[in-house]
Amino acid sequence: MAALGVAMLLLGPLGAVLWRAGGAGMPSPADWAALRFTVMQAALSAILSCGLAIPVARALARRRFAGRQALILLMGAPFILPVIVAIAGLLAIFGRNGLLNQGLALIGLERIDVFGLHGILLAHVFFNLPLAVRLLLEGWRGIPTERFRLAAQLDMPPGAMFRLIEWPMLRQRVPGILAVIFAVCLSSFAVVLILGGGPAATTVELAIYQAFSFDFDLGKAAVLSALQLGIVAGAAGLALVLARGRGMGGGLDRPVQRWDGGPWAARGDAAWIALTAVFIVTPLILVLVQGGATLLSMPLLVWQAAGVSILVALGSTLVAVPLAFALALPRRDVVEGVGLITLAASPLVLGTGMFLLIRPFAFPGNHVLVITSIVNAAMALPFVLRAISPELRAIEADYGRLADSLGMTGWARMRWLILPRLRRSLGFGAGLCAALSMGDLGVIALFPPPDAATLPLQIYRLMGSYQIEAAAGGSLLLTFLCFGLFFAFDRMGRDADT
Amino acid sequence: MLTLDHLRLEQGAFSLTANWTLAAGETLALIGPSGAGKSTLLAGIAGFLEPVAGRVLWQDRDLTGIAPGQRPVAMLFQDANLFPHLDVARNVGLGLRPDLRLTREDRAKVGEALDRVGLGGFQTRKPGSLSGGQQSRAALARALVMRRPVLMLDEPFSALGPAMRTEMLDLVRDVIGETGASLVMVTHDPGDAARIADRISVVADGVAAEPAPTRALLDNPPEALRDYLG
Repeated sequence: MAALGVAMLLLGPLGAVLWRAGGAGMPSPADWAALRFTVMQAALSAILSCGLAIPVARALARRRFAGRQALILLMGAPFILPVIVAIAGLLAIFGRNGLLNQGLALIGLERIDVFGLHGILLAHVFFNLPLAVRLLLEGWRGIPTERFRLAAQLDMPPGAMFRLIEWPMLRQRVPGILAVIFAVCLSSFAVVLILGGGPAATTVELAIYQAFSFDFDLGKAAVLSALQLGIVAGAAGLALVLARGRGMGGGLDRPVQRWDGGPWAARGDAAWIALTAVFIVTPLILVLVQGGATLLSMPLLVWQAAGVSILVALGSTLVAVPLAFALALPRRDVVEGVGLITLAASPLVLGTGMFLLIRPFAFPGNHVLVITSIVNAAMALPFVLRAISPELRAIEADYGRLADSLGMTGWARMRWLILPRLRRSLGFGAGLCAALSMGDLGVIALFPPPDAATLPLQIYRLMGSYQIEAAAGGSLLLTFLCFGLFFAFDRMGRDADT
Repeated sequence: MLTLDHLRLEQGAFSLTANWTLAAGETLALIGPSGAGKSTLLAGIAGFLEPVAGRVLWQDRDLTGIAPGQRPVAMLFQDANLFPHLDVARNVGLGLRPDLRLTREDRAKVGEALDRVGLGGFQTRKPGSLSGGQQSRAALARALVMRRPVLMLDEPFSALGPAMRTEMLDLVRDVIGETGASLVMVTHDPGDAARIADRISVVADGVAAEPAPTRALLDNPPEALRDYLG
């Protein structure tokens, strides 16, 4: 049943896209240019994020300092942080009138322009560097302390230590991390929409959007969607193969005691950690400061949009959580498969597909919010599944026989065994889904309703009309709401637990 | 009467056969080295493992294909006998109603069972706040309210100290004495067997042997038991 639902949700729109693309001719030279740019920016983003993450993760792995745990926790924040908010923060530093350009002007240097490839890379590194650091940190934690003790005992020079102990771990992990970031950046939309654009910096995802909203050329949108589907499916498959078999879950942060690293290495590590912290924290602080000033004087439109966004987020959660639950319930391994399909289907591709499906029956513009809810639910599905599936398996392993022997079946088993014990994971998964859906600027931009907007779309409109202060206030509100929803759901799961 | 009729159980490459009967109200200890198949035999009787050949019968009724919860068997596992998220009263109440729709009468029964095992007034406590011995008592209280004609123990008291274990075994003996249930228990310790079991089945080399009277068997152990006892 649930598998059928997911298939309809995902494969239906994809089928519609491919079917429509079939009769719409070949991609144009501009489309191929967009494809090349998409792959290039994704590859560069992956290499930069991963390359920078190695020294940062290494520094975090071998240093102990006050606030280390907080910094690692903070590295998780960009995952929930809405893209548009991060961009607003980055623009406050690197934008035309940002801190950096003001500083440069003070000392008489020329302004730099953040728009274009380097702006896209900057934003992608902002989102993916923390992810790469967290994944690599797990790799370092996985190296037994005994290895380092032995290396110290043998007085191994730093080069040899890297080559013999750390390099094998990196060689095992880095390809998977590269592939994951590459796949994620292929379908990045909001970043490219705001920081890219123009023929020189257009991705396939953005070209779909343009085909829709400027040309209203459904055939072209479908062809581009098919193209996008092809490359992302390829990259997702690659990521799955390269990252297979290695746990990406949390670990116990056991202190790894190390004896290497003289004063110079220590200074280098400190510099890497400080730079990363500044890079991640400054945009957030700027959003807080700028938004705080205008939060109470924002136009009514922003508050209305916030209400709409909350409804969309709750709608997505209401779809994704039961669906993930139903998918995870049968004792078989569907998690990877679903992850693959949803990774391959970017929001705009799914949105295009749904548009094509609905159009013969109704005017899709009247159902934008519902479509957005559903697409966002589909995007969050793999994360919700990953949150609840291992827990569900553990419940069956630990208490399945006891429940069987007591004759607890059907609703009794659900009510008295599974739901109470799964509540924590369900809360966490629902929180993730709500926050991701709340902050998403994707499919809603494809066919924006004229009379209503989600909060991210409203912020985008305010930025477009240079109402920077109102946009900052909206960004702050959006950040509060995203994290608020996440913690509210997460809390609901925890309170029940004893 | 519990009948193992040419029963053959397999788990991977491991196989175990048994062909004997246990009278109603009789107490039996399964003794033998670890990995010999004692727990496998319990799983076969309880319905967690379908036989590849032969049958398990209760009062001449074939139990093949009957779900564990529908069999005339109450079982205490080696660990995790209580749901940590439910209080003691509900954990015991599950033995009466798996959907926990407990009537006032049911709740009274739960209270009596808790009194019987020395846990009067522990209704609202969560398992996490109980000692190991108290947890065993709560699980036993549930087996008590289930009123199933066969009680099976898969070493549920093995984590307890010797004095506590003896106390629990005495409690089990008293309880089944009152309910008239048969007992099948797995043990490593001939002392435990001597304390409670009418007969012993030695489980070794892929066979659960025909049960023999406890005293006679321990006084004059067959070779498999001699090897095990050392």
